[in-house]
Amino acid sequence: MRNRKRTGWHRFINGVTISTTVTVIFILLPLYWLIASSFKSPNDVGTTQLFPSPISGANYSNAFVGYDFGIYFRNSLVVTLVTTALVLILGTLAGYALGRLPMRGKFTTMVTLLIISVFPEVAVIAPLYLLERDLNLLNSYPALILPYTAFFLPFAIWILRNYMLGIPKEMEETGRIDGAGPLRTVWSIVLPQALPGLFTAGIFTFTACWTEFLMALTFDNSNNFRTIPVGIADFGGNFQVPYGTIFAASVVAVVPIGLLVFIFRKFVVSGLTSGAVKG
Amino acid sequence: MATVSLDKLNKVYENGFHAVKDLSVDIADGEFMVLVGPSGCGKTTALRMIAGLEDITSGVLRIGGKEANDETPKERDIAMVFQNYALYPHMTVAENIGFALKLRKLPKNELDAKVKEAADILGLTDWLDRKPGQLSGGQRQRVAMGRAIVRSPSVFLMDEPLSNLDAKLRVQMRAEVQRIQRRIGVATVYVTHDQVEAMTMGDRVTVLRAGVLQQVDTPQNLYDYPDNVFVAAFIGSPAQNLYDAAVTEGARSIKLGSQEIPLPDAVRTKRPALVSYAGKDVVVGMRPEHLPAAKPGETGPTLVGDVNLIEALGSELVVHFTIDANRVIAEGALDKDEAEAVGKGEGVARVEAKTPVKVGDRMTFGIDIEDMQFFDTQTGLAIRG
Repeated sequence: MRNRKRTGWHRFINGVTISTTVTVIFILLPLYWLIASSFKSPNDVGTTQLFPSPISGANYSNAFVGYDFGIYFRNSLVVTLVTTALVLILGTLAGYALGRLPMRGKFTTMVTLLIISVFPEVAVIAPLYLLERDLNLLNSYPALILPYTAFFLPFAIWILRNYMLGIPKEMEETGRIDGAGPLRTVWSIVLPQALPGLFTAGIFTFTACWTEFLMALTFDNSNNFRTIPVGIADFGGNFQVPYGTIFAASVVAVVPIGLLVFIFRKFVVSGLTSGAVKG
Repeated sequence: MATVSLDKLNKVYENGFHAVKDLSVDIADGEFMVLVGPSGCGKTTALRMIAGLEDITSGVLRIGGKEANDETPKERDIAMVFQNYALYPHMTVAENIGFALKLRKLPKNELDAKVKEAADILGLTDWLDRKPGQLSGGQRQRVAMGRAIVRSPSVFLMDEPLSNLDAKLRVQMRAEVQRIQRRIGVATVYVTHDQVEAMTMGDRVTVLRAGVLQQVDTPQNLYDYPDNVFVAAFIGSPAQNLYDAAVTEGARSIKLGSQEIPLPDAVRTKRPALVSYAGKDVVVGMRPEHLPAAKPGETGPTLVGDVNLIEALGSELVVHFTIDANRVIAEGALDKDEAEAVGKGEGVARVEAKTPVKVGDRMTFGIDIEDMQFFDTQTGLAIRG
């Protein structure tokens, strides 16, 4: 039997490499098509051109100048960042309490949260609309921030609670003996170790808010408070769909999420607690 | 530096479990006190009460002569090393060691100097910039120690700090922990379930069982003069051979199964109370090393047993034998599996390595009769006075 080490490009020919490549291409192709099309001149969009030539920024300028994409981007950013911050702060406190503190009814609370988090949005949107109308909240940032926080918090609490559970109790006790108060303990000892959980919950919440459509359409439909998904959907008029502009706007919309995941990927996957205890 | 005094400490948990019962122990300044007992005996609970991590149900705890029941762990000025070390994984070794000092707002240069000094004592200087994840088990253990000594606390508390290390490292760290403790000279309470650790490390040892204090004494006294059957069975490895026996008229001999072992005058002079047990049952204890192989023509008291297992340790043979007397297993002294593994009438002797003996032999052991221990069958207390 020949047992020669394969050299050159031959060593890349094996089942794993090939199936991985095919899968990656399958997933990335639509994304490539989106990006490539966004850089085509408006007339070339929709043709079978593989590479944009000439490369054109017309779609991008159209999105920002011809439509109010800048405003939508700002709205999305405000709503998403405030919601994510709220969810993480409340989620950390709740997660710590549910994971660590001696409390009655922890199980019931967790199950209730789970039920809420799987509740279909569409089922509550009508009463929520009436409620927001009566409270004069429609067409404002809180109109989205409040329901988003309510909807995405349960999931974040679950993730954070599970992280808190995984942190050895002795570590907090060591903190107490070292002379740290409860807040200091959470800030200096618990939070740094719950970072992967915080990032996971944060990215989830960020993405969910950034792409949410139904509530955004229902509660904030005035031009000044529209978020990106609603804004993009409203591009164009009755008789034409400006695909190039939509593609350009979509690319810009994807950038923050891509950046976020790229920067924090390490934290999300790595187990930061390694070495704390015997293992 | 301070003394620690426990005065009738009790701990009753919310669910009604009485973990520590009327525990009274005084620990001198600089003393190395070991709390030992089988798992679930309340030793860790006692330690956590001293640390302030667990409320005291009743009784008085004094640290440095001052009542400390209601003080926070910080106010008690104690340092604690946990079984799993509980290092902060996101901080470097230096930050771990210096965390408590940082909380006290010590100036940076002073803090650095203290951390360096502690690292020197523990041989951690080269690892100060590493994270705990990059250290070996022994190094992590030392960081945990460093975190405790850097604060110069008045009391040192350790909860099974060596049980996560492998056997060889454990022996090495045993010596190191003692060396460090001597060097800083701080009163230390050390919890372990390992009686070998207790014997080798403690200035004195406190033996607990089911939350109740059994005996406090130096390791040698615990070994030679156990107060009750439990201590006799728990301390020592291999465990002491304990059998039911009957004392004959005038306590001139005891009946061990079908064998009658004469008791010389010296035994009765040492334990006058034994005479009053004439005609009654007692529990007798013989350490494995007090059962040497009988010399040819042995004239003293002997014990004959059927050999069923021989462990050759090189320096000696550990001979397992059975006799037809009832073996006494003190409840809790051995863990359940161990207790079940001890066969009926089984005993252990340590004999010279060159003794010619093989499995199946009927072997005669000499008995160092003056070292034999006697206990009341009902109360389990030692018969001495």
